[in-house]
Amino acid sequence: MSAAALLAATGPLDPAARSFLSPTGVEIVFLLVGIAVLGSAVVAVTTKQLVHAALWLVAALGGLAVEFLLLTAEFVAWVQVLIYLGSVVVLVLFGLMLTKAPIGRSPDADSKNRWVALVVALASAGTLVTLVVDAFRTSWIDLGAGGGSAAVTGASLFRTWVLPFEALSVLLLAALVGAIVLSRGAGRRVPAPRSGRIRAGRPVGSNGTVAQRAAAAPPAEAPETAPAEES
Amino acid sequence: MHLAYPVVLAALLFSVGVYGVLARRNVILVLMSVELMLNAVNLNLVAFDAWLRDSLHAGQALTLFTITIAAAEIGLGLAIVLLLFRARGTADIDRAIALGDPAESTADVDEAPVGTEALKGRATA
Repeated sequence: MSAAALLAATGPLDPAARSFLSPTGVEIVFLLVGIAVLGSAVVAVTTKQLVHAALWLVAALGGLAVEFLLLTAEFVAWVQVLIYLGSVVVLVLFGLMLTKAPIGRSPDADSKNRWVALVVALASAGTLVTLVVDAFRTSWIDLGAGGGSAAVTGASLFRTWVLPFEALSVLLLAALVGAIVLSRGAGRRVPAPRSGRIRAGRPVGSNGTVAQRAAAAPPAEAPETAPAEES
Repeated sequence: MHLAYPVVLAALLFSVGVYGVLARRNVILVLMSVELMLNAVNLNLVAFDAWLRDSLHAGQALTLFTITIAAAEIGLGLAIVLLLFRARGTADIDRAIALGDPAESTADVDEAPVGTEALKGRATA
């Protein structure tokens, strides 16, 4: 009799009998956080204030980390918090503040084809939601605890997926080197000569090539190479 | 949990990202929208991993890889954006039309002043 009461308490076990009208607690939390994530994302892509857009992106990505936690993917959730909230958003904020000096409302944040974009987005949303609801209407996730803990994820990552993992580390190194090379600037490969003199009596770096470069350089770079021409 | 909840949320989030990519003008806002789309894919991967109970945890491993690639992408993308800003003085995608079709930009009345402005900016830069 107690087993029957337990079965009645856990609800119907038939997947087809589970209704959307009687959601579980996890589903209610998922739905509420999902509404917050979606609202933050919509504000992030529509607001005119660029820095506010980046901060709404923080809210959306943090909410997604909570959704990962609800789907028992703990390690992925903390990686999301560390990498997205910790580095990607900070990089985006750096980029915004380096390229858009007057921070504030920028009325030209949206392009002129925003209505076309709205139509395309609504069409893709309608198509995708119809498709996935029709496909996965009766599918049920059995959430078991520990499915995505650090131990389980680490074991699968370093046993099964170790080759792609190492390839990705090489890719990250290449991206790092590429970003450094790109942001050093392509035009000024030769460093500007210092004004101090060494024993030869010439300023450091004042050989013939630098003088030729100074002659061929645009006038914006002339003050940097001026000491080379004086000697 | 019904699988429909995370999958529908991922589809809607992807559509929001599509709107942002198409409607935004600043390159960095476009990059942010791309991040939203990548996160929608991540949510799908985690949800299907939990649904299929994969013993290799392919979904979560692929999510970690996607996050890594997104970090590399945003680093390189911001370096390119800073180069563009240094060369042109603007971060608008609509003005980076040096490789665009010139006949189209002169035929379109709205785009014509933007094109000449970009050309002028390139001449002075």
